[in-house]
Amino acid sequence: MVNGINLALQFLDSFAFIVLAAAGLAIIFGIMGVINLAHGEFILIGAYTATLAVTQLGLPLVVAMLVGGLVTGLFGILTERVIISGAWPNYISQQTLGRDIIEPLYDRLADSMVATFGLSLILTQGARIRFGNSIDQIATPFGAISYGAFSYSTYRIVLAGVSIGLLLATYYLFTRTDFGMRARATIQDKETAQAMGVNTDRMYMLTFGFGSALAGLTGALFAPVITMQPTLGDQFLVEAFVAVVVGGPSVVLGTALSGGVLGAILATFSNLYGTFIGRIALLVAALIALRFLPDGITGFIEQLRKRRQESD
Amino acid sequence: MSKNSANGEENRSLPGRFRSRFEGPNTIGESRGFWVGFAVAVAALVVYPAFGDGSQLSLFMVLALLGLSLSVVWGYSGVLSFGQVVFFGIGAYTFGVVSINYATPGGITAAVVAGIVGGGLSAAILGYFMFYGGVRDVYVTIITLVSTIVMHTFMAQTAGSEWAIGEAALGGFNGMPDIPVLTLGVEGASYQFMYNPFPMRVIGIGSFEISPFYYLVLLLLVGTYLGLRVLVNSDYGRVMVAVREDEDRTEMFGYNVTRVKFVVFTLGGALAGLSGVLYAARNVYIDPTVFSLLFATLPVIWVSIGGRKSLLGAVVATLAIEYLRISMAGELALVLLGTLLLVTILVLPSGFVPWLHDQIVETRLSPGEASGADAPDAPSEVSD
Repeated sequence: MVNGINLALQFLDSFAFIVLAAAGLAIIFGIMGVINLAHGEFILIGAYTATLAVTQLGLPLVVAMLVGGLVTGLFGILTERVIISGAWPNYISQQTLGRDIIEPLYDRLADSMVATFGLSLILTQGARIRFGNSIDQIATPFGAISYGAFSYSTYRIVLAGVSIGLLLATYYLFTRTDFGMRARATIQDKETAQAMGVNTDRMYMLTFGFGSALAGLTGALFAPVITMQPTLGDQFLVEAFVAVVVGGPSVVLGTALSGGVLGAILATFSNLYGTFIGRIALLVAALIALRFLPDGITGFIEQLRKRRQESD
Repeated sequence: MSKNSANGEENRSLPGRFRSRFEGPNTIGESRGFWVGFAVAVAALVVYPAFGDGSQLSLFMVLALLGLSLSVVWGYSGVLSFGQVVFFGIGAYTFGVVSINYATPGGITAAVVAGIVGGGLSAAILGYFMFYGGVRDVYVTIITLVSTIVMHTFMAQTAGSEWAIGEAALGGFNGMPDIPVLTLGVEGASYQFMYNPFPMRVIGIGSFEISPFYYLVLLLLVGTYLGLRVLVNSDYGRVMVAVREDEDRTEMFGYNVTRVKFVVFTLGGALAGLSGVLYAARNVYIDPTVFSLLFATLPVIWVSIGGRKSLLGAVVATLAIEYLRISMAGELALVLLGTLLLVTILVLPSGFVPWLHDQIVETRLSPGEASGADAPDAPSEVSD
């Protein structure tokens, strides 16, 4: 029997997981045209940092989570400077060789995937070498609520709230602030934005840092409920990818909508037939969605809007 | 072609005309020196088992076929498939299922064919949905990546007894053992390729045992490489490269871009299927790790480092990287591999083998032989 409240809680859980997993990836992909295959390892950095901050330094959980996000954000900026834009290596090579050695990976989708996959290999294996196959875990806070025969971890409900909060904050950042305006100008037309005085190079760096920080925060938030092992990023990567491509070009709205649709599918199928079928259903839904909506949900909405405008 | 006039070779002899089918702007290496080197390399591979571990090298050569399949699809037609291992794995599993159920020489031969057809057919189905559905660019990459993960998730849970096809149990994470050894032919006229070394006696060196499977794989690899060289330098190959460089423009010239991508994708799937068949036959075992994300990325790594627009690069890089990966068994192996990948993409985006070729051609004395470098460099021509 499908229990209504249980299903609703499971939906919230799936929604939070998909949205949080996808947010950082979606921002970096949507704005920079770079696919970060090391996204899962950025989540890993956040999760490990937060966990170690609690177990080794004894920081309070909330502070540790923010530290996790911050460290990952800084790591993202470093990655952008060294690998994605190649600004620092190119600066050095300009001084010594008199020419650039790295061509930026912006809008070179395939190359960015391959390069960041190399980074992902290094980070996963590096974490394994440094910390072993697992590290001590922090306990899940808040306990559980029970309802009839069911009980549910309160923390997972909190996560759903946090994911909605993060989406709203991101939406606010990109639509209501100067930074957001410059970022959107950079996506729409880089040259014009430059002509209007936007430092697009810096926008890219900050956007990558912001996306990375979101990934790190995701890792930190999920740190109490997932197993701390070097491959923990893998389980986020798939859902993140699927959500980003199903969502389409509009970053925040797309992530929210695809989180809703995919979360509903995942929750329903998991509830009825078990988690394995739920996962398969999610992936099949993504394949079908891409077949019929090659530009994702927001691309489809955009198309409808254009068609209506033309018919008026 | 300008290449021929540049070489002053319009009046070529019969072997010269034969050779010209293998040469063109889409492959590197057309000088006499290259072909001599090629013959030396093949000869070295022929005698290698007498000195080194032929069994391991046969695995690398099997994987080189997988690398070639991605090179054709990605390097020559511009479709980055993260799903070559899907067709590789389907080929391997199909071979396993059919050969376990029909473990006679004729049945195993049919299983080889079934594996290749399985790889090609699954690529055709996926390709049909993608290309005729208007899916393009990075979304193709992501769909193929997701397909890999679907296959991994699916095959990993086929552990129960209900997941058996005839006598062949799929076995979930434990994989499918007891695949019969590779035998080609029909009853009475068949030959078994695995664990069936035949002794060789060479006067002056001594006697040693030779693995027929090794030579089967070597023959297939050299044959596939030469066959693909003919393909990419044919008229069809030129269309493939045109699709890679600018889809819309090629479409405007009246070519059916969708069909080209579909056909090449299917061909790549069949080749990956062949590679999978040989992989399963070599290990007499197959398990879902062939669908894992790491394994799915390996072909992309080989082809990127070797040079994606170079068939030779794919083969050389596969052999070299797999050798490195296996011999560096330590913990740092993956870190080094990742660093190598990162540095290659950033510093040598066109890959190692084409870069090396350019260095050789630039320093070569005779200008007449430098035709390889004069071959039209498509990216510089079509940039707008």
